[in-house]
Amino acid sequence: MTSRAPRRSIRARRARSAAMVALTVVAALLATLPLVLILGLLLKQGASSLNWAFFTAMPKPVGETGGGMANALAGTLMLIAIASAIGLPVGIGAGMYLAEHRGGRLASVVRFLSDVLNGLPSIVVGIFAWQFLVRPVKHFSALAGGIALAAMMIPLVARATEEMIRLVPNSLREAALALGYPRWRTSLTVVLRTALPGIVTGALVAVARIAGETAPLLFTAFGNQFWSTSLTQPISALPLQIFSYAISPYEEWHSLAWAGALVLLALVLVISLIARYVTRSRFGHGHD
Amino acid sequence: MATTEPQVLATDVAATAVAAPAANALISVRALDAFFGATRAVRDVNLDFLEGQVTAIIGPSGCGKSTLLRCLNRMHETVTTARVEGEVRLDGKDIYERSVNPIEVRRRIGMVFQRPTPFPTMSVRDNVTAGFRAAGRAAPSRAEQHAIAEWALHRAALWAEVKDRLNDSAMALSGGQQQRLCIARALATKPRVLLLDEPTASLDPLSTQKIEELVYELRGDVTVVIVTHNMQQAARVSDRTAFMLLGDLVEVAPTSRMFTSPSDERTEAYITGRFG
Ligand SMILES: Nc1ncnc2c1ncn2[C@@H]1O[C@H](COP(=O)(O)OP(=O)(O)O)[C@@H](O)[C@H]1O
Ligand SMILES: [Mg+2]
Repeated sequence: MTSRAPRRSIRARRARSAAMVALTVVAALLATLPLVLILGLLLKQGASSLNWAFFTAMPKPVGETGGGMANALAGTLMLIAIASAIGLPVGIGAGMYLAEHRGGRLASVVRFLSDVLNGLPSIVVGIFAWQFLVRPVKHFSALAGGIALAAMMIPLVARATEEMIRLVPNSLREAALALGYPRWRTSLTVVLRTALPGIVTGALVAVARIAGETAPLLFTAFGNQFWSTSLTQPISALPLQIFSYAISPYEEWHSLAWAGALVLLALVLVISLIARYVTRSRFGHGHD
Repeated sequence: MATTEPQVLATDVAATAVAAPAANALISVRALDAFFGATRAVRDVNLDFLEGQVTAIIGPSGCGKSTLLRCLNRMHETVTTARVEGEVRLDGKDIYERSVNPIEVRRRIGMVFQRPTPFPTMSVRDNVTAGFRAAGRAAPSRAEQHAIAEWALHRAALWAEVKDRLNDSAMALSGGQQQRLCIARALATKPRVLLLDEPTASLDPLSTQKIEELVYELRGDVTVVIVTHNMQQAARVSDRTAFMLLGDLVEVAPTSRMFTSPSDERTEAYITGRFG
């Protein structure tokens, strides 16, 4: 007799629990829905224009069919290379500083500023780069675009590096010092080395993040209809090319823009997969 | 021994206010204070560590055992705000003298911590030779490294268990093996002194026994200082025992005497389990 009421409340609790689980499942599905839809749409619209020529041919003038985005692809890779060459060493160095001087005044200032920089709209970074890197020399350049992208990478890489170095137990640092390692050697061969897989993951995430950036390139790399690998000349990039093709009135260019978007997404996906693989190998290693 | 005589005399002159070091002291600590900021964690300690002997430091948790130990190889100062006053003479020479490089001191005095600290990115062999490789000017050859690793692993009673796993990650070893690997790593540079800070606190009884046997084996060749909160362990492995309380060194005596007839009533209270 007395057991009936509790049993009902247990049933109610189970039902509530099941409802909540269902809601979170729906939320999880909704979270992945945009990517699935985008991927589907890009495959539908872009796959047909995706052929060998897309990767190897230069853009054709209006009215001629065919042509590709070889220059934009090369430009994007080059911009990523410039941004990484600047952003990775600066970001990793800054992250090491932040991790080793946790409580220091300069460290907290740098940490705060890098968080602000991280949240800065990318168009602002673009305008800033234009003001200081384009305007004084009076022309757009690949270098200016790479530096603008590097400015977006640095805070990401710095914070990722800091977090990863902080995960290295202090006991490991002490063990190295007690063996007679100088501080610099401890930082490099023990601390940084131990944190390296995590830092590589952070760097790849940052590269994936900037690979598709458009706004910082609008007033810096600018875009280029021709093949260029010069640091001081305007350079094409996939997002820029997609943008200018997408807003053009030509059907032919529209489908090329779709194909470009598909390639850009594939690039980001591949980088993210590599990042995942590196993370996996870090934790699949056995632990104390 | 005869050649060290003049140095011992020189020490006497330098430290007039306190007792002369014992004739066979390898390390003599005089008027040592160790601070964390304004807190004095070790107060006015005078203590000799005799060559080739095992000295145990016992005392309740937080009494300054680790801090004292870390003053012996200048690890204390790696903590920000930490500071040392007084003298620690190794072979008659004060390691806190301005001309002494702490890195050189740490290379001559090995240290092993409470939790095993193998370098996770290095193989078993590279872990053992890590200190050895860092100390040399030129990179040692592979054969040389292998010989050193084998020698040190034999000394640490680990060779039989890892001889087929030298290229594996050190993280694949068990906790007890990792701790003996750390001992091998410390021994590879052939230090005269080995500092052990509660080396078995995180280990199972069998691994503990192996390390105690190892410490027993090392006596004679290496001067060992072992911090332990386990009095049975101190009784089993040490020649002399020092008892600390609240930063003070209360008493130091041959281990057999310490555990049968301590001269200080606080020592007696501690070893009979009346506090701790
Ligand atoms: N890094 C540190 N910063 C500040 N105080 C510390 C630090 N390490 C230890 N202490 C303090 O110094 C005293 C002695 O500590 P410790 O030498 O570790 O004791 P034991 O090894 O005997 O347990 C304790 O009161 C402890 O709180
Ligand atoms: Mg301790």
